[in-house]
Amino acid sequence: MLLSVRFRGVVALAARYPLLAGADLDVAVGEVVVVRGANGAGKTSLLRAMAGLLPLVAGEASVLGLDPTVDARRLRPLVGLLGHRNGLYEDLSAEQNVMFAARAERRPKADVQSALARLGFDRRVAATPAAKLSAGQRRRLALATVLVRQPRLWLLDEPHAGLDAHHRQLLDELLDEVAASGATVVLASHEQLADGLEAKRTVWMSGGAVVERAAAPAVADVVGVAAEVAPAPSAPCPQVPHVA
Amino acid sequence: MWRDALLVAGKDLRIEGSSKVALNQVGPYSVVVLLLFGFAFDQDRPLLTEAAPGLFWIAVLFSAVLAVQRSFALETSDGAVDRLRLSRLEPAGIFLGKAAAVAVQLLLLEGLLALGVVVLFHARLAGAALLGASALVATAGIAAAGVAYAALSMGLRVRETLLPLLLAPVLAPIVLASTEAWRSALGVSTGDGWRWLGLLGGFAAIYLAGGVLSFGALMEET
Repeated sequence: MLLSVRFRGVVALAARYPLLAGADLDVAVGEVVVVRGANGAGKTSLLRAMAGLLPLVAGEASVLGLDPTVDARRLRPLVGLLGHRNGLYEDLSAEQNVMFAARAERRPKADVQSALARLGFDRRVAATPAAKLSAGQRRRLALATVLVRQPRLWLLDEPHAGLDAHHRQLLDELLDEVAASGATVVLASHEQLADGLEAKRTVWMSGGAVVERAAAPAVADVVGVAAEVAPAPSAPCPQVPHVA
Repeated sequence: MWRDALLVAGKDLRIEGSSKVALNQVGPYSVVVLLLFGFAFDQDRPLLTEAAPGLFWIAVLFSAVLAVQRSFALETSDGAVDRLRLSRLEPAGIFLGKAAAVAVQLLLLEGLLALGVVVLFHARLAGAALLGASALVATAGIAAAGVAYAALSMGLRVRETLLPLLLAPVLAPIVLASTEAWRSALGVSTGDGWRWLGLLGGFAAIYLAGGVLSFGALMEET
């Protein structure tokens, strides 16, 4: 099985605080994986580590065949990351935002129009400054800036936030298309997802590590399903190295 | 690298053209600073005229701090800096593009301030070649150092207060050399303004080269 992501015992720190505490995860090429976990479980840190934006201090890591810490500069252009924040320029129009993302990736201008159209932007909205768009439109615009990059690995942090039912479905269809084209999708969420995404492989995070499903009762509460209470994670967190 | 610089500079200038922050806020602020200098020295008109070059460049320095803070607020306010870091843009190109956009805004501002110096301080603009050359070189140096230090402080919660503290000592040689070059051009001093311009060029080159070489690492630290 070809892997897009292979993490073994990865550790990342913010000062001395462990953001990732021995996370293990394999994600196959073309797979869609949903990462679940309570607030502060490490979902965002996991995605940022995969994008090469969060240096790892221990463990083994390979993303698209590259070490995300050592080869970060080579890895990053292959990755599309949608974070909590949208990464938009408020005073640029929707089209100008996508155009800048496209030109930064050396993508043709035609890709801009197709990305905007795919995310449901008509000409009038595309000409509107990002600051004047609704929260849902801004989220879709941020997705368009990811789409226009045509990344091999999509890393999406709460991508459904602010989207109405119609655009949630549109996003889910887009992710299926992306996966069918051979790209890999890892999305973090603590929301109830549509049936299609719920059926995808789901991994759970707690305390900066990937844990067994039963070890994440707090998440079950969040998504509104019956909590499965377990006393401790089945994958114990390794010792975090002391950093002076 | 040059293509990336053009892309980033175009983006930043387009944003400024749309938001008009430089026009509506930084420009009036710099004129108010000049006016305050005028009030402070009003009793001594000859001193005011003699000090005009120094007051001009201090007003430019204050405005430059605002301009570079604004330049990086564009990247940090909604997390766009991650998009830059994930892009194929060369860090050196991003640095040069942002510095060029800041420099263009500062040059426009300097035109406004020069007018203010003539009107308020009764300075007589002479030695156009030296004035223009030193303004260009000093602006390049100020923009380069400003952008590099703004990147350095970008990830810090105290960046708004830290940046002026970091930047003022670094820009002191530029302000000194450009003031002396302008004093010579305006006939206020008998010093060789072209030698000061040479010194100015040296500092500007160091700041530009330093920014080009270090900007990738500075962005990683944020």
